Amino acid sequence: MIHVLLIEDDEGDAFLLKEAMDKTQFKNTLHHCCDGIEAQDFLQDDESSRPDFILLDLNMPRMDGHETLKWIKANDDLKDIPVGILTTSSAEEDIRQAYKNYASYYITKPTTFEDLQAVINVIDEFWLRTVKLPRRS
Amino acid sequence: MIEILMVDDDEGDTFMTQEALEEAEFVNNFHVVRDGLEALDFMEKKGDFSDAPSPDLILLDINMPRMNGHEVLAWVRGHSVYKSTPVIMLTTSSSEQDILKCYENYANCYVTKPADLNEFNNVVKIIDKFWTGIVKLPRNSRS
Repeated sequence: MIHVLLIEDDEGDAFLLKEAMDKTQFKNTLHHCCDGIEAQDFLQDDESSRPDFILLDLNMPRMDGHETLKWIKANDDLKDIPVGILTTSSAEEDIRQAYKNYASYYITKPTTFEDLQAVINVIDEFWLRTVKLPRRS
Repeated sequence: MIEILMVDDDEGDTFMTQEALEEAEFVNNFHVVRDGLEALDFMEKKGDFSDAPSPDLILLDINMPRMNGHEVLAWVRGHSVYKSTPVIMLTTSSSEQDILKCYENYANCYVTKPADLNEFNNVVKIIDKFWTGIVKLPRNSRS
């Protein structure tokens, strides 16, 4: 079972992502936080809330994706968790900054559910069924 | 066109990867170097590699002579230009210690090489589908 944390302020996008994740082959649990501040609280809560994998939006109120990514990657207990960016922004500056701050990958959100499902299926095939994720003993 | 650099001392593995990428969906240029020191020369365009392109994506083995994958990863992540270049660890090691160390040193992902030929081919195609099919790569490391 893979634990996925989704950090996304758009309720509609979060709903569609959950639906798409539910339709993949791999068993996973998905926890949703609405912004970086909520994600900080969740990640610092206790060891059992540690996700295997994080999907992160960029444009969010209070604490955006870039700040959230920097915070995760500067934290010795969390920095090994892969963080994938999933955002509407295709700005070169956002892409450059995300990789510079150690995002594992950067994907722009498709506009239709069909295309979103296709993207989630590829993420599922690669990240949840092919990649070895870090395990802390 | 995506420039892929594979750093791996195993000729069988680089041959199989090249074969799989040639059949893959997305067009790419594939380059091979045999150890970490050659990888550094390639990226810094030294010696025989003066005309080498800057890689957009690095496939990095761990166990290699002269300079291993952990050392190459640390060098890449400390480099002003290549710091943002995605590094995919592709190795026979499935040691939890190697996996954790690579993620702590900001490898983008860690994939183990399957022993079976067909499975190896399939894994390379999955890597290609994800990294050259749906991911936006950073532009700043390109030549």
